[in-house]
Amino acid sequence: MHGSEPVALAAAPSPAPLARGGPMRFSAHIHGWLMLLPAAVLLVTFTHYPAVATIIDSFFSTPKGRRGAVFVGLDNYQAMLGDPVFFRALANNILYAASVIPLTIALALAMALWVNGKIAGRPFLRLSFFTPTVLPMIAVANIWLFFYAPGYGLLDQILGVFGISTHNWLGDEHTALICLIAVAVWKDAGFFMIFYLAALQQMSPQLGEAASIEGASRWYFFRRVTFPLLMPTTLFVLINAIINSFRLIDHIVVMTQGGPDNTTALLLFYIYEVGFKFWDTAYAATLTAVLLALLAFLALGQFLILDRRIHYQ
Amino acid sequence: MRYATMKWLLPVTGLVMMALASGAMAKDIELSFYYPVAVGGPIPKIIDGYVADFEKENPGVKINAIYAGTYQDTLVKALTAFKSGEPPNIAVLLSTDMFTLIDEDAIAPFDDLLKDAPDKLWAQSFYPAFMENSQTGGKTSDVKTWGIPFQRSTIVMFWNKDAFKAAGLDPDKAPDTWDELVADGRKLTQRDASGNVSQWAVEIPSTGFPYWLFQGLTTANHARLMNPTGTQTEFDKEGVVQSLQFWVDLSSKAKIQPPGTIEWGTTPKDFFERKTAIIWTSTGNLTNVRKNAPFPFGVAMLPAHNGRGSPTGGGNFYFFKKMSAEQRAAAFKFVKWMTTPERAADWGIQTGYVAVRPDAWDTDAMKKYTADFPAALVARDQLKYAVAELSTHDNQRVTKALNDGIQAALTGTKTPEQAMKDAQAEAVRILKPYQ
Repeated sequence: MHGSEPVALAAAPSPAPLARGGPMRFSAHIHGWLMLLPAAVLLVTFTHYPAVATIIDSFFSTPKGRRGAVFVGLDNYQAMLGDPVFFRALANNILYAASVIPLTIALALAMALWVNGKIAGRPFLRLSFFTPTVLPMIAVANIWLFFYAPGYGLLDQILGVFGISTHNWLGDEHTALICLIAVAVWKDAGFFMIFYLAALQQMSPQLGEAASIEGASRWYFFRRVTFPLLMPTTLFVLINAIINSFRLIDHIVVMTQGGPDNTTALLLFYIYEVGFKFWDTAYAATLTAVLLALLAFLALGQFLILDRRIHYQ
Repeated sequence: MRYATMKWLLPVTGLVMMALASGAMAKDIELSFYYPVAVGGPIPKIIDGYVADFEKENPGVKINAIYAGTYQDTLVKALTAFKSGEPPNIAVLLSTDMFTLIDEDAIAPFDDLLKDAPDKLWAQSFYPAFMENSQTGGKTSDVKTWGIPFQRSTIVMFWNKDAFKAAGLDPDKAPDTWDELVADGRKLTQRDASGNVSQWAVEIPSTGFPYWLFQGLTTANHARLMNPTGTQTEFDKEGVVQSLQFWVDLSSKAKIQPPGTIEWGTTPKDFFERKTAIIWTSTGNLTNVRKNAPFPFGVAMLPAHNGRGSPTGGGNFYFFKKMSAEQRAAAFKFVKWMTTPERAADWGIQTGYVAVRPDAWDTDAMKKYTADFPAALVARDQLKYAVAELSTHDNQRVTKALNDGIQAALTGTKTPEQAMKDAQAEAVRILKPYQ
């Protein structure tokens, strides 16, 4: 929020008063700020103030009963560095994000390309791809809980046809996180498909016709024309996918509660546990500050690096 | 969930408006009451009925009963409300959250209300096993009562009589000891030609709150997990490690239980689908199993080893601070009213919770119910052997240390000995400020 923006915005439609000088210019300032006020109040109340308060809280101890909070400096951060569960959650989250994001984007793109073509039953196909998005995550997680149930679960029944023995999917530390990754991909791919589909529909058919006249293969056309033109959409989808991979933990609460032995604990889930189960609000604030920094760093990287390499039409 | 909330919104809003309207005319005493729903069934409807009856009998007292979600949700809501200066007056919360609530300075003990002889008698009318998680001070003279038992449960064993018959076992006799459990279990586990298991013998769930089911094993092994003042744990004692070894061996050595951790939520379904012949679960599931099991089933106490035993579980009434003397008196009246023998019996019959006082089981309604469904008596009879559920200062954090250790052992990441040593070290670190 730079001071110059509101002036420019408010002044643009009425350049005449500006020219007349001082007092009018001042009122344009007020006008501009007033226009911004509702949005600014909401932003400050629900985004900026909590973020700043969280960072401040992370330098204090947790108030308990009659003992108030006292300034402890970096003690909470030091405790964090000695907390194995935090590093476990961080590692899990990185692995989770690194799998969910590319898989979701690839699947969303593939589905969009498929339902963009002229095939029979296209509306039905589009609807079925989009359905997981409409369902609430809590409901999805409860359904998948039974998909993964050992023995009679859907997954084991399908594998049973091929003679593969039953497996305790969510109860095995090697497969639990993979199971949650699959749920997240299934849930989000349909949503991102919509954006790709919209972008594909915007693309001029002449491009494809020109390419076929030139004799370009379909793969070459996709690699050199379609994909680069979809880059703005990919950036949008990427940012959302990254945010989701740190933000969406409903399925963990329902399916594993972070277990077995923290193998499926993600950062936000751990923060919830520390804050609202252990009531160690100061330490939860510390963890939140770290998550905030991490997300800010990722977002900054995306805008600074990726933005430059994207071709906007 | 949403449907339940909507269904709720109307009566609650109605109640609030009624309270507001009548409050304007006469000075009614108003009380807010948070309660959770943790088992199946129309719990809000039952509570609503009780509250309406109480208000009819006690004009001038208005109770705003607020359904607040799961136990965890209710605790979060109550403590957040408390921290913002507007706590509920009465709340039903887990008995094990007692130390947490004391440390937050959120609740007041009942002792100063227990002055008259009948009130003193009332406070002693509950099963001692339920009071263990409701009082501090152990057996010393300065015992304080912080909670009043309301929706309490314990762990029992359900078995499939058809499966027992098919395995050549007596369908009316559940395994009574650990050794019998393993011996029967070997017969009950069914494998196909390629070695795939089509029916397991037993499932002891190990997600969510594995420590609770673990206490069913440690208690039978005469091992305790904590001291009564909630300042020390004994996770690395030999008896505890042995109990965990037994649990792990059910899967890894005897191979009669599925490997890895077992999901609490799907355990009853596994039982109905005949994927397991025996399950351990809360008495709160009694009505659920009775309705959904497609085969004759039995209910038994947990098998014994060096002794017998199960932890108690479930929720207590708590009084939050910041109540006027009038409000406290009215709240006290309400809690006494909710725990009369007749109401305790009715609550037990409608939900499957264990009626919290012995004389509730002598009421006509309860006698009729148990004559029809004797399985309901098992939980009561097991109370003789019941111990307090694990509860310490900084309870959920200490509990998590133990849960992580149990899961690490069950998934094979750590040996039981190492897992319990690590859990104990973590618990010692957490409890250091309370020594």
